[in-house]
Parts: sequence; structure tokens; C-alpha cells
Amino acid sequence: MEKWIERQKHIIDFTLSSLLRRKGKNAALIIVYTLVVFMVASVVFFVQAIKREASLILQDSPDMIIQRMVIGRHDLIPVSHGDRVKSIRGVSAVKARLWGYYYDPVTGANYTLMVSEERRLSAGSIIIGAGVSRARIAFEGDTIEFKAHDGAVIDLEVKSTINSESELVSSDLILVSETDFRRLFGVPAGYATDLAVKVRNPRERPTVALKVAELLPDTRQILRDEILRTYDAVFNWRGGMMLVILSGMLMAFIIFAWDKASGLSSEERREIGILKAVGWETSDVLVMKFWEGMVLSLSSLFSGVLLAYAHVFFTSSFLFEPALKGWAVLYPKFKAVPFIDPFQLAMLCFLVVVPYTVATIIPVWRAATVDPDSVMR
Amino acid sequence: MRKSSLFFFYLLINLVLIILMFAHASHQQTVRVASLKEMACIVERFGLTDLCIFTEASYTRNLSQADLHAPFQDGPMSLEHFPSGSLATPPQVIRKIDGKVD
Repeated sequence: MEKWIERQKHIIDFTLSSLLRRKGKNAALIIVYTLVVFMVASVVFFVQAIKREASLILQDSPDMIIQRMVIGRHDLIPVSHGDRVKSIRGVSAVKARLWGYYYDPVTGANYTLMVSEERRLSAGSIIIGAGVSRARIAFEGDTIEFKAHDGAVIDLEVKSTINSESELVSSDLILVSETDFRRLFGVPAGYATDLAVKVRNPRERPTVALKVAELLPDTRQILRDEILRTYDAVFNWRGGMMLVILSGMLMAFIIFAWDKASGLSSEERREIGILKAVGWETSDVLVMKFWEGMVLSLSSLFSGVLLAYAHVFFTSSFLFEPALKGWAVLYPKFKAVPFIDPFQLAMLCFLVVVPYTVATIIPVWRAATVDPDSVMR
Repeated sequence: MRKSSLFFFYLLINLVLIILMFAHASHQQTVRVASLKEMACIVERFGLTDLCIFTEASYTRNLSQADLHAPFQDGPMSLEHFPSGSLATPPQVIRKIDGKVD
């Protein structure tokens, strides 16, 4: 065993000297390879973190939302519909939700205005999310102007701001009193944006949804499972830009591996010829090239993964921010929680190390099996 | 020092860094439990349904609450123009229908 280890160490010594002889080429190779691993690992880490956070944060969202549909659009729902829903067996509570979007011409941002029964805000006061506070440079005691549906200007005083730790759910949120909400948007009394339904037994939710659909045919029911599935679907590997990024990376990697697999440089061929002429076996050459592949791919894998971790969890994925932000003025400042597991690392290792090593071994085997004299000429 | 020894030392440093990365992740998961719980609490108290990631359009702000769309329902040239729209996939049901047609 000791002899075997010593032999491998000698081969690695030789491999490293051989790699150092072509410093420039191999350094460029490692940089490109690291960048490929970095991008793939960043996407994998970011997507997994957001999906896990969404599933943890939204696990207490309403059991079911009932929206009224009019001419194919979400419309105001009569609060009296809630009493009819409450009569369904299994429904424990129905709450009318009042919320809507407000476009702020001053900043060009969209806010989510919501009535919170729990905070019991008095008319004229609001609680704002950290993103709104940043966009409007407004803090406790300041007033923000809103333009009501009839053109009247309403001044609302900031009572407090929501903790910036929760920006992922509350960055663009403005909590208002019911009176101010109805005054701003002209929502008549007895109407709400939608209904939030609480169902006693989670297994009964689909049945209750069917009963609601029968009872109120002009409504659409959104179950909590569907809400949670939405984020799984958005950040699924098939989802929009994720697919573009991953396929771009995959194509780059295929070109890169194909270039390697399509043949060796004349210098490398000459080296193999000389080694065979001085007595190296084909298997020795293959072991040397295996170590060469391992040195390059392991170095790139480790540096790519570590850089991706720093990018996603220390710099808040600053490279992805322009894509996620889009045209939005208001973007939440949040640091994703690092939900990573060894399986992700194993997957990355399998995706990048194995194909590269295999791709380098085949042309070497072809070169190592030919006559050394013909290779050296 | 032999080159192979240097290489194994380099690998060892990287392995230690990877272990530290997992340790940091595990530590952060514990430390950030409070903020995750706080966000879950806000979701429950205010009856929220979505994460505030894409605020540029109403249908991307509350992805799970957006109207049901059919491609080009608003006009033959109404192509998706919000960048975040390219991140959000069509609903599962539409994909299933497409699957059968294809």
C-alpha cells in the first residue's frame, strides 16, 4: 500500500511539473472552469435558499383565498359571501381582506396597501415597510401624501416602520386603517378585496374549495398548497431565466469539454510519446492524465463553490440583483439564509468533475496506445 | 517540500474551507431562525400570501394571487415585457395542457 501511495505521489509530482510548464494555458483553463462552477453553484444555492425560505415563511399563510372574478379579472367581493362560506362544514373562520396596489408617482414605485385588523390603526396613521421608508425617506412622525381615487390628496402619518429583518415579506407594505383604505381606493362598505378562509382539517381543504366553487360559481379558490407550489415552480430548474442561465453554463461546459476531448496539442502528444519511449506503460500515462484532470477540476470546483457561497450569502447575490430587480424601483434588501446540503455539493461535483475527467481520459488513451516513434515524429 | 505534498496540503485547506462553509451555513440557520419566525408571524398576522421579491408589476408582486392568464389574451402583440415575467413560469395547468397537445 505504501509503495502504491509513493508511486501515486511521484506521478502527481510529475503531473504538477508538467502543468506548470504550460502555466498560462492551464491558469486560463482554471479561471474559465472556476467561473462555470461559480455560476452554476450560485444559481443552485440561491434557488434552494429562496425555495426553503418561501416554504418556511409562507407555511402560515391563509388556508384558502377566495377571489371574485368579473370579466376574467379579480374583482371586489361582497363581504356577505363570507357568511355563506362560513356555513360550509369544516370552515372555522372567514376573514375579509382589504388590500390593493398603489402607484406612487413621486418615486415610481408600487406599494401594497393593506388593512390590518390586528394593528387597529387609527384613521390618518400608517405603518410602513423598510423599502417604502427608504424610497420615500420617511420615518416615524413623517407624513406621506397619497392621491385618492377622486383626486383628493390625503396626508397619512407614519406611526412606525416594520422591522427591516422582515423585508422579504414586508418591504413594500403599507398598513392603513380601514377608513383610509376605503377613502383612498373608493372601495364601498360591504366589499373586500378577497376572503381568507380557515379550514379546521387540512385534509378537507380541497373538498371545502369544491363546495365554495359550487356555492359561489363566480369565484376562484387559491389553496395554501398552491401558494407554496408557486414558489417551487418559479424557482424550478425549468423556470424562465434559471433555464437560460443553466443551459448557457451547460453549453459553455460542453464546448469546453469537447475542445479537450477532440484532441491533444502536439506538445502533449510529444510528451506522451517520450514517456512511452522511456518506459512508461499506457496505464501510467492514463493515471498521470487522471491526476491532471483531478488537479484542474478539483481546484476549480472548490474555488467555484466557495466563491458562489460568498456571492449568494455574503453579498446578497449582487450579480443576480439586476435580473431579479427588473424595472422595480423598490427592491427588498435581504440576505438569503444559507440552506445548503452535501447533496448539492455532490451534484455539482458529479456535474463538473466527472465529465471533465472522462473527457480528458479518452483522447489520452488514444494517444497512449499508438507507437511512441510515430507520436514523436 | 514535494509538489504532491503541496497539492495535498492545498486540497486539505479547501476541504477545511468547505467544512467551515457548512458550519457557517448551519450556524446561520440557527441564528436566523428568529427572523424567519418573525416573517412567518407577519405572514400569519397580516394574512400575507407572497414574498416581496418582484415589485415591478402587480401580477409578479403577488404571484399566487395574479389573474389567470392565457397567452396573448390582451392582444396579439402583448408580449411579456417585465424582466421578472421571464422568471415566473406559467401555471402548472397550462403546462399540462401544452404537454398533451405536443
